[in-house]
Amino acid sequence: MAMTETSDFLELAQVSKFFGSVIALKEVSFGVRPGEIHCLLGDNGAGKSTLIKLLSGVFQPTAGEIRIAGKAVTLASPRNALDQGIATVYQDLATVPLMSIARNFFMGREKTKGRGVLRRLDWDFMNRTARDEMSKMGIDIRDPRQAVGTLSGGERQCLAIARAVHFGARILILDEPTSALGVHQASVVLRLIARAKARGLGVIFITHNVHHAYPIADRFTLLNRAKSLGTFAKAEISREKVTDMMAGGKELVDLEAELEAIAASETAQPTAEPRLKRAAGV
Amino acid sequence: MSAVAHSKMSDERVRAIPTWRFLLGRPELGAVAGTILVFGFFLTFAGDSGMFSAKGIITFLDVSAQVGILAAAVALLMIAGEFDLSIGSMIGFAGIVIAIPAVEWGWPLWSCILLAFLVALVIGFINGYLTISTGLPSFIVTLASMFILRGLTLALTRAATNRTVVSGIGDYAKDDWLAPIFSGYVLKDLFQCMGSLGWLQMRTDGTPLAPGIPMAVVWWMLLTLLGTWILMKTRFGNWIFASGGDPVAARNVGVPVTRVKILLFIGTAFAATLLAVIQVLEAGSADTLRGQLKEFEAIIAVVVGGTLLTGGYGSAIGAALGALIFGTVQMGIFFTGVDTDWFKVFMGAMVLIAVLFNTYVRRKVTYSR
Ligand SMILES: Nc1ncnc2c1ncn2[C@@H]1O[C@H](COP(=O)(O)OP(=O)(O)OP(=O)(O)O)[C@@H](O)[C@H]1O
Ligand SMILES: [Mg+2]
Repeated sequence: MAMTETSDFLELAQVSKFFGSVIALKEVSFGVRPGEIHCLLGDNGAGKSTLIKLLSGVFQPTAGEIRIAGKAVTLASPRNALDQGIATVYQDLATVPLMSIARNFFMGREKTKGRGVLRRLDWDFMNRTARDEMSKMGIDIRDPRQAVGTLSGGERQCLAIARAVHFGARILILDEPTSALGVHQASVVLRLIARAKARGLGVIFITHNVHHAYPIADRFTLLNRAKSLGTFAKAEISREKVTDMMAGGKELVDLEAELEAIAASETAQPTAEPRLKRAAGV
Repeated sequence: MSAVAHSKMSDERVRAIPTWRFLLGRPELGAVAGTILVFGFFLTFAGDSGMFSAKGIITFLDVSAQVGILAAAVALLMIAGEFDLSIGSMIGFAGIVIAIPAVEWGWPLWSCILLAFLVALVIGFINGYLTISTGLPSFIVTLASMFILRGLTLALTRAATNRTVVSGIGDYAKDDWLAPIFSGYVLKDLFQCMGSLGWLQMRTDGTPLAPGIPMAVVWWMLLTLLGTWILMKTRFGNWIFASGGDPVAARNVGVPVTRVKILLFIGTAFAATLLAVIQVLEAGSADTLRGQLKEFEAIIAVVVGGTLLTGGYGSAIGAALGALIFGTVQMGIFFTGVDTDWFKVFMGAMVLIAVLFNTYVRRKVTYSR
């Protein structure tokens, strides 16, 4: 079912974002296509969260363009982005602990039945759907009426991801979804991400953990000090290189030379994978 | 959530949860226990004092309704994570908005009542808009409007009438078409009939001592039902929980948090005005000091009813039970012959116990893993 398309569905083209005098992102290009997992790497403060906030409608770019299926769009608000198929899952902000699973699942898009003053929530449908969608993601919940606060961290991520999938998201953005989780819970979430990909979603994945990133990602983009150092297909980059890049900017200078070599070998033996995209900077 | 959904869910993967566990998850639980306790207590110690005669029951229901009308609206607002301290002052203010045009300027009473609700709409909107747009806690914003409204009530009344009480409204209410839905009694015939069967105590003129169900009680029941319907059965209800539980998460999925909160501030101002209309018609006068401390009584009822001060969790039925406890204890203390000064001590202790209990239950329910 995984369909790897050749062109990006969601794209940032030469996008910059300034906060007053702070340059959070400078002329960054980035894209994700259906059925791929694109991993965003970078040191603390590199601009990863800012980048995904641009994609999820929280911020608007200072310069540059956001494109969906090749057309320039404005993502005016998170809801607006959601309506255009871009769903974002934050570690803590995605669900409300005191509300039931079904209430959370349908939050903002409740299903009703009946008309006029008798228009009311369709609890049967909502409870059933919430449970079914989560079990499709491989998590059996006991009771959709139970408060989300009683779920484990992994189960909460599952709820947020299942919700995005159910409501027709094309792109799923995950900002450090595994950072607060234990080994087992993290593997549950990674499996969920793989399932979302198998269902044809494009996934943008931010993590500080190379063991989480490397096995499931198809492409990597490295941010350093507000600029993109390039996008690499998995075949172009080793686990060690990814680790180096995550560790921070220290070795970046000599890394650049090595990247050049990789790029050269890539031109020599072209694969179906995308060409190395290099940003001009650094 | 609903009983229907409960019964229809038959999936082998869903373990039947014990009923007590499900009930523990409901916010009303503490209030139900409290109600049983309070009634048990007064049935034992004031059972033969006339408290539980028809007249006595109607009286404590009427007292409860005064708090319950406010509590229904306050519960929804508190679940959405906000406070409204201005409703007590709003009662006084709405009273003079009705009384001054009616008595001093000769407006028909119905138009004065409609004017009061219009004014409440504006004040509720301002409270909500200021809270949201400044990002200040609603506690502070409505504390300000509490003082402003009370001051305005006194100043305007004195300027218009040179007094602090406007009386003589009873005459205007007599043949007003709108007044009957806010005053008097319903089921009068039924009470008369029960009286003639000898079930109720009668006056010497042949009418029952308790002439019927007061309109205040009817409004209290209606608002409680409406609040429960909204919370359990409507999208707006889900938005109320979401706005109070986590406004950022709610906004991110497109819940119109600002609109929800402003509407609920208008709701509390409306409830205060409704109570003002009922009181003005019953007393035949508007007192500038009316409604003092009502904001806290409503909050007490709501908290005793299981709603969290921090928002995101609560119920309208619970708030009604909280109001019932409030009214019952107030009248019960009177009937048992205990000094009524003890009432406030009791209610204060009740709030403390309720909050401790609610915090415990919430932790049990939501973070039990
Ligand atoms: N609203 C804001 N106002 C001013 N500066 C901001 C704002 N948001 C982010 N920044 C700055 O932009 C830079 C990039 O921040 P961002 O949160 O995108 O980093 P990050 O890559 O997500 O880091 P981390 O790995 O720690 O999450 C930081 O220097 C930060 O201080
Ligand atoms: Mg970040």
